[in-house]
Amino acid sequence: MDARLLPYLLILPVTLFLGVFFIYPFVLVAQQAFTIGAGFTLENFREVTSYWKFSISLKNTFLLALAVVPVQLALSLLMATMVNRMGKGRDLVLYVWTIPLGISDLAAGIIWLAIFEQSGFLNSMMTGLGVTDQPVNFLSYQNPVTVFVAIMLAEIWRATAIMLVIIVAGIGLIPKEYYEAAEVFGASPWKRFVKITLPLLRPSLQTALILRVVLAFEVFAVVVALGGTLFPVLMGEIYTYQFDLQNGGNAAALALIVLGISLVFTLVILRALRVPKGATI
Amino acid sequence: MTDATLDIPAAPSTRKAGRTLYVAAVTLLIAWVLVPLYFLLVNTLSSPETVNSFPKPFVPEFDLGSLRFFAGFQGMLSALGNSILVAVLTMTISIAIGAPAGYALSRFDFRSKELFRLLILLTRAFPLPLLALPLAVLFIRTGLDDTAIGLALVHTTLAIPFAVLITFSLFSGIPIELEEAAWTLGCTRFTAFTKVVLPLILPGITASAIFAFVISWNEVFAAAVLTIENRTLPAFLLQTLAESPMHLKFAGGFILVVPALIFIFAVRKYLFAMWGIANR
Repeated sequence: MDARLLPYLLILPVTLFLGVFFIYPFVLVAQQAFTIGAGFTLENFREVTSYWKFSISLKNTFLLALAVVPVQLALSLLMATMVNRMGKGRDLVLYVWTIPLGISDLAAGIIWLAIFEQSGFLNSMMTGLGVTDQPVNFLSYQNPVTVFVAIMLAEIWRATAIMLVIIVAGIGLIPKEYYEAAEVFGASPWKRFVKITLPLLRPSLQTALILRVVLAFEVFAVVVALGGTLFPVLMGEIYTYQFDLQNGGNAAALALIVLGISLVFTLVILRALRVPKGATI
Repeated sequence: MTDATLDIPAAPSTRKAGRTLYVAAVTLLIAWVLVPLYFLLVNTLSSPETVNSFPKPFVPEFDLGSLRFFAGFQGMLSALGNSILVAVLTMTISIAIGAPAGYALSRFDFRSKELFRLLILLTRAFPLPLLALPLAVLFIRTGLDDTAIGLALVHTTLAIPFAVLITFSLFSGIPIELEEAAWTLGCTRFTAFTKVVLPLILPGITASAIFAFVISWNEVFAAAVLTIENRTLPAFLLQTLAESPMHLKFAGGFILVVPALIFIFAVRKYLFAMWGIANR
């Protein structure tokens, strides 16, 4: 067999697969969103965006992403630097911290439900300590703030691990010599972090943030498990259009909006954290 | 950490305070991960009556009532079976087509290599479960609707970027000289691969297969969109979430979590190596 053809032969299955199951459905979503019957129309978008729940779910999704992602970034950077100087026990600590990586959003929602539900552990603890004399219903419409906090905590709990893994792997690639040189010149640990770790970590931060932000706009099952219908988000609305309202056109239009938002944020992150040409480790 | 004793004796108290703070922070963050999991365990190993009572005990009573209720719940066990089937199919397909591509990326320079890498990376920047919407229509036309293989194909799009990038980094870790030596000793490209590279790479491949399994096992949205009768466990739990009793939710959540714990433990060695090169 011709050796020049071999690499193409090897990538052919994946390329074909992504063509059929990634690019083609993408074209179909667009088609479905822009047509009603036979002709081109923007009616689906108009319907979706003028629905009263749209602005609420958009606001909720953004608010949640805004509350969750910066905390996760800070927390994962902190954890990564802590692990970095650890000797014995590093593997065990890292294993525990990466456990949530394997836990689904639905399971995470259920786990935090055990804490926040009316007869849950938080209420048990609070009455046990005498803070309250009867259980508070945290996850009801009267307590929108605690619903939000519960969802936020569940998201931070679940999805910090993926950023941690990427950042720990990234820090592992930074040559130790840089730190040694900085130490010789008397740079404080904070200075070393800001002047060496952060700039050289840029490619990893890029990957971590893109992945996390895209996933943040996909938030769905955690919200359903904890808030039910109390906290509408974009993915939940798509699900409602598809199933309860049986309106594929509207679901597709809203899906395109979510895709668009994700894409914009991906480009912004790529641009903000771009690595100068030739400046690799 | 023996360097603390060798350090300048000027400020031992601040150093000690810093060390205490450090240990406290690590412990706190470990508790942050483990305590919610422990609460789920307590609920799962308690009888349905205890789960719905108040206040809750903070130790499990080791009663299998909740789990027995879970197993006896109409449709639950078949959902569990579907989940495993879909995850195994996803794992098989994504490694079968992903590993060759990873090998090609690590061993060859070919035109359109960058374009191909871009395509792979691009898939990560999309909310992929959304693509289940048009596929639902397509699958009805082709008879793939509500089947394990149909859902597995969608889950494979989620797993494939990881499968390609992880195997790419694994193959890159094996020097090409090993293969070249095998060729000079009379191996063909294929036998050199099966006799030299494959045994070395097998644990890593297993790790990335497990990763694909977990991705499929955990996925909710596409599963809920694409299956009706043959729901997977997450989709089934999601569907019954509004009306199911608490003890059912917790037992279901527990069953979802257990494989994740085992799998992350199994792949822990590879987790960071996999991401290290995949970042570039």
